[in-house]
Amino acid sequence: MIESLHYLPVAGSTHEVLSERFTDLAPPLTDRQAAIESARCLYCYDAPCTRACPTGIDVASFIRNIHDHNIDGAATTILQANIFGGSCARVCPTEILCEDACVRNNDAEGQPVKIGLLQRHAIDNAQFDGHPFKRAPSTGKTIAVVGAGPAGLSCAHRLAMLGHDVVVFEARDKSGGLNEYGIAKYKLPGEFAQQEVEFLLSIGGIEIQHGRALGVNLQLADLHARYDAVFLGLGLGASRELGLTGENAPGLMAAVDYIATLRQAQDLAALPVPRRAIVIGAGNTAIDMAVQLKRLGSEEVTLVYRRGFDAMSATGHEIEIAKMHFVRMRTWAAPLDVLLDDAGRVRGMRFEETRLQDGRLVMTGGIIEIAADAVFKAIGQGMGLAALVDPLAREIERSDKILVDDCFRTALPGVYAGGDCVAPGQDLTVQAVQHGKLAALAIHHDIQSKAEAAWPT
Amino acid sequence: MADLSIDFCGIKSPNPFWLASAPPTDKAYNVVRAFEAGWGGVVWKTLGEDPPAVNVSSRYSALHGKNREVIGFNNIELITDRSLALNLEEITAVKKAWPDRAMIVSLMLPCEEAPWREILPLVEATGADGIELNFGCPHGMPERGMGAAVGQQPDLIEMVTRWCKTYTRLPVIVKLTPNITDVRAPARAALAGGADAVSLINTVNSITHLDLDNMVAYPVVGGRSTHGGYCGSAVKPIALNMVAEIARDPVTAHLPISGIGGIGNWTDAAEFIALGAGSVQVCTAAMLHGFRIVEEMKDGLSRWMDRKGYENIAAFSRKAVPNTTDWKYLDMNYQVIASIDQEKCIQCGKCYVACEDTSHQAIARLVDGNARRYEVKPSECVGCNLCEITCPVESCITMVPQPTGLPYMNWTQDPRNPRAEVVLSDA
Repeated sequence: MIESLHYLPVAGSTHEVLSERFTDLAPPLTDRQAAIESARCLYCYDAPCTRACPTGIDVASFIRNIHDHNIDGAATTILQANIFGGSCARVCPTEILCEDACVRNNDAEGQPVKIGLLQRHAIDNAQFDGHPFKRAPSTGKTIAVVGAGPAGLSCAHRLAMLGHDVVVFEARDKSGGLNEYGIAKYKLPGEFAQQEVEFLLSIGGIEIQHGRALGVNLQLADLHARYDAVFLGLGLGASRELGLTGENAPGLMAAVDYIATLRQAQDLAALPVPRRAIVIGAGNTAIDMAVQLKRLGSEEVTLVYRRGFDAMSATGHEIEIAKMHFVRMRTWAAPLDVLLDDAGRVRGMRFEETRLQDGRLVMTGGIIEIAADAVFKAIGQGMGLAALVDPLAREIERSDKILVDDCFRTALPGVYAGGDCVAPGQDLTVQAVQHGKLAALAIHHDIQSKAEAAWPT
Repeated sequence: MADLSIDFCGIKSPNPFWLASAPPTDKAYNVVRAFEAGWGGVVWKTLGEDPPAVNVSSRYSALHGKNREVIGFNNIELITDRSLALNLEEITAVKKAWPDRAMIVSLMLPCEEAPWREILPLVEATGADGIELNFGCPHGMPERGMGAAVGQQPDLIEMVTRWCKTYTRLPVIVKLTPNITDVRAPARAALAGGADAVSLINTVNSITHLDLDNMVAYPVVGGRSTHGGYCGSAVKPIALNMVAEIARDPVTAHLPISGIGGIGNWTDAAEFIALGAGSVQVCTAAMLHGFRIVEEMKDGLSRWMDRKGYENIAAFSRKAVPNTTDWKYLDMNYQVIASIDQEKCIQCGKCYVACEDTSHQAIARLVDGNARRYEVKPSECVGCNLCEITCPVESCITMVPQPTGLPYMNWTQDPRNPRAEVVLSDA
């Protein structure tokens, strides 16, 4: 946790000045820009962009509506498929999804329609008279949803639409999951995450109880007994360990914890900021961490990855952002030791150089040391063990994540799961939203047909 | 270098590009700027009887395309709102300063002989090269028995044209309205009255769009609107057909035509000339882009003529007229089939959905995982061109003529024709 950095200098400057550095990474389109951009859409049939969207948004239709000055219609089309259309427009790696599929990437043009920015334009400028979706007549059923992140709330919203009542149990103080606590501040600035949750809840029929953590003050067995179905949108709460001595030393912490603190900070100027930092990892979280440190004033941020650039899970777009912020990237180096000073605090790290040999990563024996005042690990998240400990929960089949069928049913009848906590998936917000939506449809179907969900044999 | 100069029914001009009678030719200041920019001639904005017309505020509206490009343009402006004397004085001065440019004066007067008899010597005295009779203005003036109200009645056209031929030695160009069923009738009437040429088209009656909040059409004048005259690219196809109709009518086949209607670049001009025009008149494009466009028009036309070996305008004038015929003389044995260049195809699916929903289900959609392949079904394709039109990629879909081995056979010769018409040996 952030306390581990208490001895470091604070960011300084003022909250107002620093806040300026955490405004929108990509500014929104003006009306005129949206008109020009929407005119570029070819209105494809069986459109590749829609097929590339995990939530299957009818992109051609919403863009045509933008062009025809029907912004509310455009926003409704988006939200029908993806109730988190606003945050997805901001955080989706569109360059590997819809915009990658856009036919305007062809050789003659090489420039996709800016689908993400158009989606944001529609959502930001819609002027709904109340919530755009009506609830079906009450089914008299109540569903428990664990986790108020994109998966859980997407599921809750769709269930509410279908006429069910929903109780959402959330461990943290605020709803929104990673949108609230995990996404880089310059991607979802201000109160957007909370506003989106409020909008979603305005459909009605959804109650959220905060401070309720599965395995702590909430047991699956109780939920299973008391509700008509249970959806688990647990996320991946545990940061993976480096497995090195000194892992708990002051100055070393999980990137997600620092980002969560940063996102919630009332005073950015009071945040501890290392002059020199190391970020270990090569995913989007590692990039988010490195870039935000730079924006807070770190002089030297080195991102270290044990493989090469090609293997990085961060998208090309993210890597470009890191380069833009002068983040140094050191590849082919695996963590070896955490270096501590006399006071037992982090002073740097020692790495061993690596290379590929017959497709396997091997150590070369070459040693490098990088001095740093703090180290942030961003080497992935895991389920954590605490949540699924009660006897009933153990019946849920798991690998490192929860196993589900195509309809997001777990091995335990009446219990469904989706989002980052299920396998497989790329841990994208947009996928979590789709999981929640599909799980809601499955729950509805299973309840309606009274068919007992069964693990496929 | 091709020779762009023309002699249009005795009116000489260094190039075939004239500005049409309209706001751009309203006064000396504009016309001088046009000549400086290189226009070959102008038709001065229509003169009428004193006191001059009075115009309203808010006069134009437009139909915009996807990127706010102007597709069609509409106006409710009347003829000149300046005094006759002032206009005549300026025409005289400008013609004197620019003797090599064509100066044509547009006129609109009531259908009475006296006013025409009085004005024509005054116009002639300016040194102008010709007159154009405005029988086409579709808004405002017809309510006063002028403009299109005359152009829609061939007997009036003939009568007024004859007066003009009587009271001036200047060439008389009769400007025709498209707001009529068959444009050949007014053209024949103009010829019968002694016209030296016709010019067409004037603007098309139109309402471009509405303010749906206030339930009123554009342009809005104090909460009300009226129909206006439509021009710009959108009317080019209408104009081209009307020019061709007159050019291929045996009665008017030799009547010089000044082509007007949506001409904005050199290809538009070349098309009008190929279908029968001896000069072309431009207004909307100049109003949207300024007089400088004539530079690219002259350059483009000249280079194209050089490439094609056309030494002068006459060398390709009317060259497309013989190939413009009645439907019944088209070759029933001709067959084209669409061909999709898979290398160029971007899988947008537009050709498929167009053909599947609205045409002949002649394109197959082959799904292989996330990939799509669109293929023409030759046996189903009727060669309608719809897919080629919808395709956003240039020359990705082409219409390929098929060898049928069959000779030319038109509908009059076709055994499937239940009403065997006159069989022509050579159509």
